[in-house]
Parts: sequence; C-alpha cells; structure tokens
Amino acid sequence: MTQTRAGFTKAQLLEFYRQMLLIRRFEERAAEMYTRGKVRGFLHLYIGEEAIAVGTMAALDPADYIVTHYRDHGHALARGIPSKSIMAELFGKVTGTSRGKGGSMHIYDVSKNFMGGYAIVGGQMPIAAGLALSARYKNENRIAVVFFGDGALNEGEFHETLNLASLWKLPVLFYLENNLYGMGDTIDNTYAGGRDVSRAATHYRIPARQVDGMNVQEVYGAVRDVTASIRKGNGPFFLEALTYRFRGHSMADPANYRSKEELASWMKRDPVPTLRIQLLDMAVPKAELEAIEQGVEQEINEAVDFADKSADPDPSDLYRDIEADSVSATHS
Amino acid sequence: MPEMTFREAIRKGLTEAMDGDQKVFLMGEDIGAYGGSYAVTAGFLEKYGPIRVRDTPISESAIVGTGVGAAMGGLRPIVEIMTINFSLLAMDQIVNHAVKVRSMSAGAAHVPMVMRTVTGGGAGLAATHSQSLEGWYATVPGMKVVIPSTPADALGLLRTALQDEDPVLFCEHALLYGTRGEVPAKPYTIPFGKARIARQGKDVTLVGNARMVHVALQAADELAQRGVQAEVIDLRTLRPLDVETVATSVKKTHRCLIIDEAWKTGAIGTYLAFRVQQEAFDTLDAPIAHIGGEDVPMPYARNLEQLAIPSVQTVLKALKDQIGV
Amino acid sequence: MASEVVMPQLGYDMKEGRIVKWLIAEGAPVKRGQGIAEIETDKANVELEAFGEGVLRKIIVPEGQTVPVGKLIGYITAPNEALPAEIPTTAPTAQPSQVPQPTQAQSPASQPAVQQQPSAPAAQGEVRASPLARKLAQDKGVDINRVTGTGPGGRVVEKDVEAYAQQPKATPQPAAPTALPVTAQAPVVQGDRIVELSRMRQAIARLTVASKMTIPHFYVSADVSMGDAMELRRQINSSLESNQPRVSVNDLLIKACTLAVQKYPNFNASFKDNKLEMHGSINIAIAIALEGEGLIVPAVLDCGNKSLLQIAAASKDLIDRAQQQKLHDQEYSAGTFAISNLGMFDIESFIAIIHPPQSAVLAVGQVRKTPVVKGDQIVVGQVMKMTLSSDHRVNDGAAAAVFIAHLKRLLEHPVTLLM
Repeated sequence: MTQTRAGFTKAQLLEFYRQMLLIRRFEERAAEMYTRGKVRGFLHLYIGEEAIAVGTMAALDPADYIVTHYRDHGHALARGIPSKSIMAELFGKVTGTSRGKGGSMHIYDVSKNFMGGYAIVGGQMPIAAGLALSARYKNENRIAVVFFGDGALNEGEFHETLNLASLWKLPVLFYLENNLYGMGDTIDNTYAGGRDVSRAATHYRIPARQVDGMNVQEVYGAVRDVTASIRKGNGPFFLEALTYRFRGHSMADPANYRSKEELASWMKRDPVPTLRIQLLDMAVPKAELEAIEQGVEQEINEAVDFADKSADPDPSDLYRDIEADSVSATHS
Repeated sequence: MPEMTFREAIRKGLTEAMDGDQKVFLMGEDIGAYGGSYAVTAGFLEKYGPIRVRDTPISESAIVGTGVGAAMGGLRPIVEIMTINFSLLAMDQIVNHAVKVRSMSAGAAHVPMVMRTVTGGGAGLAATHSQSLEGWYATVPGMKVVIPSTPADALGLLRTALQDEDPVLFCEHALLYGTRGEVPAKPYTIPFGKARIARQGKDVTLVGNARMVHVALQAADELAQRGVQAEVIDLRTLRPLDVETVATSVKKTHRCLIIDEAWKTGAIGTYLAFRVQQEAFDTLDAPIAHIGGEDVPMPYARNLEQLAIPSVQTVLKALKDQIGV
Repeated sequence: MASEVVMPQLGYDMKEGRIVKWLIAEGAPVKRGQGIAEIETDKANVELEAFGEGVLRKIIVPEGQTVPVGKLIGYITAPNEALPAEIPTTAPTAQPSQVPQPTQAQSPASQPAVQQQPSAPAAQGEVRASPLARKLAQDKGVDINRVTGTGPGGRVVEKDVEAYAQQPKATPQPAAPTALPVTAQAPVVQGDRIVELSRMRQAIARLTVASKMTIPHFYVSADVSMGDAMELRRQINSSLESNQPRVSVNDLLIKACTLAVQKYPNFNASFKDNKLEMHGSINIAIAIALEGEGLIVPAVLDCGNKSLLQIAAASKDLIDRAQQQKLHDQEYSAGTFAISNLGMFDIESFIAIIHPPQSAVLAVGQVRKTPVVKGDQIVVGQVMKMTLSSDHRVNDGAAAAVFIAHLKRLLEHPVTLLM
C-alpha cells in the first residue's frame, strides 16, 4: 500500500472520506425524515464536525470505552454502529439500537463499547471517569473517551470530574468538541476563562492539547499521540478540537445568532469536500470517489428503507428494560 | 441470637460484601482515613486498602456518576452520599443517568450500584441537614429505595441490595445507628417490597418507615393500655411499595394511620393511602389517616424541631381526631 | 425521481407552518441544501432547505398560506422530468389563510341538555357513614338514616350499626323510597352552545387582538365639508362613457389619502424592530365586508402612480374579485394605509383598528346633509366625519392632526384630486 504525505495510506484516506460522507448523508436524510415527521423529538445534527468523529475513532482501540453527548450520530457511525440500526432508532423502531426507547440523543452499542449518548449537558463526564476506573481497577488495557461540547465547560460535573480523574490518574480522554456555541450563545458570552480553555484542564494538572477539528488527518494524529500518553498510565488528557456546526442547535433552530459570514468562513473548510479535493490532487480517479459516493447513497437509502419498514415496539415493551426483573421476565 | 447495633449490622453487611467479591469497592467522602462521618466504615481503609476504599473529594455528582460508570464497566460500587441532603447535588446522576441507563440501552448496560446515605431529622441540624427526601426518589421508575428500621432488617436488606443488578438507594436514619436489636446468626436476606408486621393487632393499622416504626410501636403500647390493639407495619422499602400487606391488614382492622417523617405534602404515605383505599374501600370504617413532618424548613430550636416531627403524642391525637380510637 | 417538498416539521411541537416566501421561482434550478422557501413557525422564520436536486418544478402551496406539517407544498424534479400524474392542482392564489371557509357550526340544538334527575334516595348523601358501616347496614337491612353516629363529626361507623341492629325492633321499618318520582318529560333547557369559528374569523380575532395589544392606538377626528367633492364626482360620472366604472366617494378618499401620504410619508410606514419601514409604494387598503363571513382588507396597489379614474377602475375590480375570492396574495398583504368606510350603513362616525403592519387607518362615516354656517347664512351642507387611528410609535398627535387637516383640505378643494 502506498503511503501518502503524513503517513496515511490511500486506503485510509478513502475510508476517512467514506465515513465522513456517510455521516453527512445520514444526517441530511435524518433531517429530511424529521421534516416528514418520521423522526420525533429533538434532532441535533453533527454536520460540519465529521472529521472529529472519524479521525478519532480510527485512532482508538475497539476495547476503548466511548461516552458522548446528545449530538451523537457521528460518533456512533464512525464507531461502526450500523447506519440502519441508528436510523431505525431515530424512527423509534424496535430494530433500533435501543429498541426505539432512546431516540437520537441516546445511542448505545455496548458490543462496540459505545456506552451511550447522554442528553444532560455534562452528565456523561463522571460516567466516563467511572468506566476508566473500572478498566484500571481490573487492570484492563483500555481507556475511556468522553466527548462534550463547550457548553459543558460551565457545568459543575465537568470540574468535579476533571478534579477526580486527575487525583486518581484515571485513563480517560476528555474530548472537547469546541464548536463555539452552547445552544444559541457563544462561548465568549458564557465562559469567563477566555478562548484558551485548556487552562480549565491544566489547572487540575491535566495536560492539554488543541487540534484542528476540521482536518481528519490532524485529528487522527493528535488522538494517537494523547492516547499513547494515557495508555502509559500518565492519567487523563484533555484534547480540544476546534470545529463548527453548520446547522442550528436542533431542527427548530435557524441559528440567527450567528452571522452568515462566520458560517461561510467555516464552511470553506468543510472537511468532506476538502478531503475529496485532496484525494483528487493525489490522482485518485474520480470514478473511485464516485463509487464511494454511490455506495454511501445506497447505504443511506437502505437505512431509511429498513427503518421505515421495521416494526414499532410492541406495547408490552413499555415495561421492558426498566429493572433487571423486567428484563429477565421478558428474556426468559 | 446475637444482638448488635444498627451501625454494626451495616458494617457487617459491607464487610461480607468486600470479603466476598473483589468487584465490590467503596467510594465516598471521608469513608477511609476519617472512618465515615457516622463511623460505619471505621477500619475499612486499613483492612482493604485505598484501591477498594476510596476517599473522594466533596463532589457528590462525580461520586455517584463515577459509580454509574464503574458499574457499567462491570464493578459493583457501593457509593456513600454522606447525607440525603447532599444527594441533591448528585440528583442528575441518580435520576437522569443511574436509573435510565438500562432503559436507554435496551438492557445492554446496567448499573448495579448501592448508594448508601443518611436520612432523617431530630438531631438539631436545622433546615439543610434534617430532611427525609427518600420519598422523592421513590417516585422514579427504575429506582429502589430501602429504609430499614432495625439492625436485622438493615443487614438483610443490605445483602439484598448488594445482589441487585440495578441502582439501590439505601437510606439509614441518623438516629437509629446506636439502636440495638437481635440479628439472626444464620445467613438470611430480606426481599424488597415485603413489609414487616412489627406488631400484630386487630383494631387499627399503623404504618411507618425507619424511625417512625418505633414511634408507632410506642403509640401501640399506649393504645394497648386502653384496650385498643394496634397492628404496626414497617414498610422497609418505599419502592417497591408493599401495598398488599397494608391492605390486607386494613381489611382486618378497618382503620389505618400512615406515618411519614417526610413533609406531609406529597409524602409517600399519602400515595400509599390512595392505594390502600382502592384495595380496601368497602372495609373502611374511617378515612385513612396520615401524618407527616410539618410543612416547614426544619427549625433548629429543640422545642420547634420536636413539633415538626411526628411523635407518639401526634400519632395518638391523629388516631383520636381522624379515626376515633 | 420527483422529490416531494412538504411542510417541514421544525421542532417537536410544530403543527403547521406558513409559507412566507418562496425563495426561488417555479422552474428555477435547485441544489441540495439550498434554501427554497421561508417558513414561519410559532417560534421563528426558518429557511426550508431542498432535500432533492434539479428544478423547483411546481409550487403547490402559494406564499401566505398556512398548511399542516407534512402537507405537500411543491415538487423538485430533474429538469425535463414529468410530474406524478396525481399531482394536486395549484391552490387558487386567492386562498390565504384568512379566506373564509364554510363554518362547521352544526347547531347542537337537536340535543338539548336534559337535566337527569338523580334516582338514588336524596337522603343517602346526607348521612356521614363509613363505607364499612354502609355495607353492614345494607347486609343487616338497617336504614342507615336512623343510626346515630359516634365517629368523628358524627360519622356512622361499624359499631353504631352493630349497636342499632341489636336493638329490639318496636315497629317495622317503613320501606325507604327507592327512587324519586320521575317526571314524564324533563323540561328542555336551551343551553349555551359552542360554534366553531371559520379560519377567517379566527384570523380576524388573532389580528385584531395582536393589533390592540401591540400598537398604541390614538385617534384624531375631523368634519369634512364634502359638497364640492360630491359635485365634482357628479360631473365626472356624468361625463363618463357608460362602460367606464363610476367614481365612488371611496375612490375620492383613496386618491386623497394617496396624496396625503405622499406629502406625509410617515403615514405610509410600518414600525419594525425599533425602526421605521418607509414603504416605497402606496397601496391603499380598503376594508371589505364579506356577508356572513367577515372582513378582508385588500389593497389597491401602487396608487401613487394612478389617476383618480384608474383608481376607480382598480377599486371596482378589487371589490368584484374579493366577492369572487379571486384576489392575489399580494393584495392581501401589501396594504400600506387603510380606509374603512361604513357610510353605506348610515353610520355617522366610528373608530377603526389598525391593520398591522400598517400604522394608520382612516374610518369614515356617511356623507350627510347638515345645516352649516356659510358666511352669515345657514345652508344645507354635506358633511362627512372621519377619524384617523394612528400608531403612536410612528406618529404623534400633532403629526396626525396635520395629516388629517391636509386630507380635509384636499377633499374640500377636490380639484387637487385631479392633478
């Protein structure tokens, strides 16, 4: 396999491209399905931030625990959770990742150590610390990665968890996806510490690093580096990926609090077309990219079709999976 | 049968769990070097070491949340929230996460975690340290709320809690740690959702939990001197709630008074009253009566505090005024 | 493949949305992700993005219309692709949300509310007795009304019934009546009833409340001597060909108001986000009552560039089409100043509610013959009372006074209306 600049093989880059495109198309279709009433509740789109999920998951070990927030489709898809299971979950179908009980904000796949999307800002942080504690307690060679947005910086659970994880040298990667907005307000209005948020981590003696979240190769490299440090037993690391969501906070949000100029300047750095151009520059035949694009289109069509045709949960599922007894009663 | 204090019974249950399963560990504020603010875990750090007896910063949400994650990762954490008043700082982890993980993951992940905490008033600690909030948690599906009144029950229920695959809130009344009682030497457990008939009678049913069981028993002594035979029921768990045992008793006695230490408004006993009247309406010879803590922030002064918590006197008065016995 | 454009669900609580504006024209090319329409929800105006690519082949729901979420509002197709055969026809353009619809107000009079008489013994509700005591009394055949209660508040409890049942019975208990006599026919009570409002009536309700809640109205009135204006109108109409539309008093008013707002453009403005939106064209709206249905306020467009005769023709056309429900969307929404005339109802004067986003409305009464002093003589004059309602955020009292005085001058020197 030929090596490209920065040591990526062509196959790796093509796979990055495929995954980022998969997330992009998945969410575009999810948005469409939301407008048609097929998807209910809240739908928070990750569009614009795909390079983070894809670069990160590629750099992690399958045994590592992933804990994330409610903007979780990108992480789930990049982790390899089947798109049809996620789409079915969005549709509230029994074939979904949580049998239709969780919806967009609560994607789980424990078989892939994807330990859930958590919909209370900051609530996921100590849970990741606990998973890291269990790994260390059992002498397992794995770490926990917890994604959170800049809004979480102002939650008590953020500070409590960084403090505890640092004291106990827990193998956890605190992964800030800084898209500059917590719902509709800017980080400048809501966080007193300034744009250098790494100080929030270094204050607790957790090493910190920043990465361009719009560049999948750089994300991959940074995650490789910082996880190597964590795996050596040095305790937690704080990684800040700078990014931007191209859409509103949720489907109901036209994002009027941001200027069109700001959005346009970030969209110029859209990771999906950027990587496409890079691949063409590397003399990857256009037909090869188009084959990937068609494959993604087909996968998403199949995911929507699968979700649409899947059955609703049985009414008896209302009482299922609430307590151990209710599970064993239905499982046995 | 050996006799021990409530504190010793809890300590015995914890010791058994620590000795029996390496996956069990303790985590909480001042449980190690200090020995626990109610001295339950004194000596544990020396015996089990700092990996399994973990002193934490004063960070209730991180303590409970880390317990949630550790339990999801295959451990069996016992987290200590120093008092139930401080559980409010961890309410997000308890209510939004600990009891939701199983459902949101369709049963793929679960949280076998025991949260020990101290409840109740009466020790002059005023408004922020005297609350009985266990009833709030008992309204949450997926939660189990245990609240023993005797050393024997404390041990038997703790053993059950430690075997449970889901979060259990284990509430220990602050004023009961020093009380003594007989504890069977033979291994036993006490199932959740099974109330205990603490005293048999045929004329009126008194229902309580934790320290209110002792208040009810004293009131029953007084009633006996007047020839009224009260049956006293100890709920032992607020969720699951044993409606059946209470309803069966009321069908026999036709009269019922439920006692909560928690604020009377929204107290779990008021819900129990509703359930019992559904079951036993045609057998009732009086409205189901209820008394609870007065609807006030707990005052500090001794005389005021005594007025705010149900006592033998208020129980007897309620029986006379509301039921006519 | 043709891609349906539907009214989007934009938030979990959204039930319907209004198409404020189509951002691209029918037939124009569309890219995936491009904004194609502006949608108004309860919370915000949101751009609807295209989920398909090609051309906006068909607009099915026009601007201004409110439709439920999920309703087909257009089609995106490949440039030369045929539309599906069962495509709904384009909704008539004159069907914005305030167009009247047949009301569904079925009279419930055929189902009068009949007071059901209770069939249980009236006395039963008055006895305080425990459930157990009642059951016991029933089992033992005891009339619980005769038992003295010893429970709290005199409640009859178990032991009271037991004690009563053990008393020696002196005389047989008279049987309690089992039911009150039932009258042959309960009187029919004509109660209140609920009538569903048409969408137009709902729209009027929303609009007028919004106007009165948000616009600080104030009012100035003036009497106008209309003698010369009426004479001018007679002369014009008598000189017209028979097929030409006649000039009405309303047309004179439209022309006069047009000239007045040209001179005082603040009355042709809207208050918007702490700014004034000064309208580029003068569209004088006229209130038209639709019999039995409500009210619409469509506008004669671009009056600033129309002569009196052109205004007369345009207003006649507008009124005709309004009766036939054939107005264009723009005519509903484009008004910049309004006139409400109740003269034909023999009304002397009244006050009108401003039609947002306009900032003024002129309410005019009948032109009536009145004794007036002319020089030193009392003569028969023709007087019309008019009242201007004005938005105080836009104009103050003095400005309104100057405006109405100018309007009065124009009408009293009607030759200016021809210039």
